[in-house]
Amino acid sequence: MRHIITLYLLLLGAWTLWSGLSWPWGEHFEPLVAVMGVLSTALVVFLAWRMDLVDAEGAPVQLTTFRTVAYIPWLAWEIVKANIDVARRILDPRLPISPNMIEVSASQSSEIGRVVYANSITLTPGTVSVIVEETTITVHALTREAGEAVETGDMDRRVTRLEGSD
Amino acid sequence: MHWVDFLSWALLIGGSFFCVTGAIGLLRLPDFYARLHGAGIIDTLGAGLILIGLMLQAGLSLVTVKLLFILFFILITSPTATHAIAHTARVQGLEPVLGGEDGEQ
Repeated sequence: MRHIITLYLLLLGAWTLWSGLSWPWGEHFEPLVAVMGVLSTALVVFLAWRMDLVDAEGAPVQLTTFRTVAYIPWLAWEIVKANIDVARRILDPRLPISPNMIEVSASQSSEIGRVVYANSITLTPGTVSVIVEETTITVHALTREAGEAVETGDMDRRVTRLEGSD
Repeated sequence: MHWVDFLSWALLIGGSFFCVTGAIGLLRLPDFYARLHGAGIIDTLGAGLILIGLMLQAGLSLVTVKLLFILFFILITSPTATHAIAHTARVQGLEPVLGGEDGEQ
């Protein structure tokens, strides 16, 4: 039930933004459009519920915590640093790269946690998660340094912390 | 010109620089897997800086909110797509070109 309500409110908020409607007491408000929005959003949630998509994966409310908010700036800074490093290597006439495949452990307990970790690896230039398994992720790294940065497990621990203590 | 305009232009030019760099990477890097990293630059800093620069142009408006959502969706879909491509290549048996010391090549 918690997931259905969260999904409905999220979709309703998104729909309101896309439609450009103002608040009911504003100038650009159109009751007919607003009612259709409320109904169509409800229809989408109903369809998603019928398809059994509304669960901890379809609406991951468990990730909307303060820890996630703290994780985003850290990840953004890692991405900026990695971008500059990879860009420098691409523009270097000698092309100083050392591609390698490594296997790192993924300590997340949930599937969504592993997805966040694998996507964080891929989002950081220089490393791409190639094969995601139960407890390990195979990573292709552009340089040995990039691979070693993943192997330290710093990002792994931070993502595991996002899952909370369950 | 207002200082916001300067900042916005700096971000747009920076984003364009990373997009071009990523494209050069696509051409220069040796194999399929290495080229994914070049594309990763375009997805993250390239698109990111351009979108933030555009947000500064739009100011506090609905357009900025929509640009923020575009950035959010890019940051979720692009690594997912990259992983799907890389995973498929590996499962189909494409071997990565490995080795090469930094400084050689």
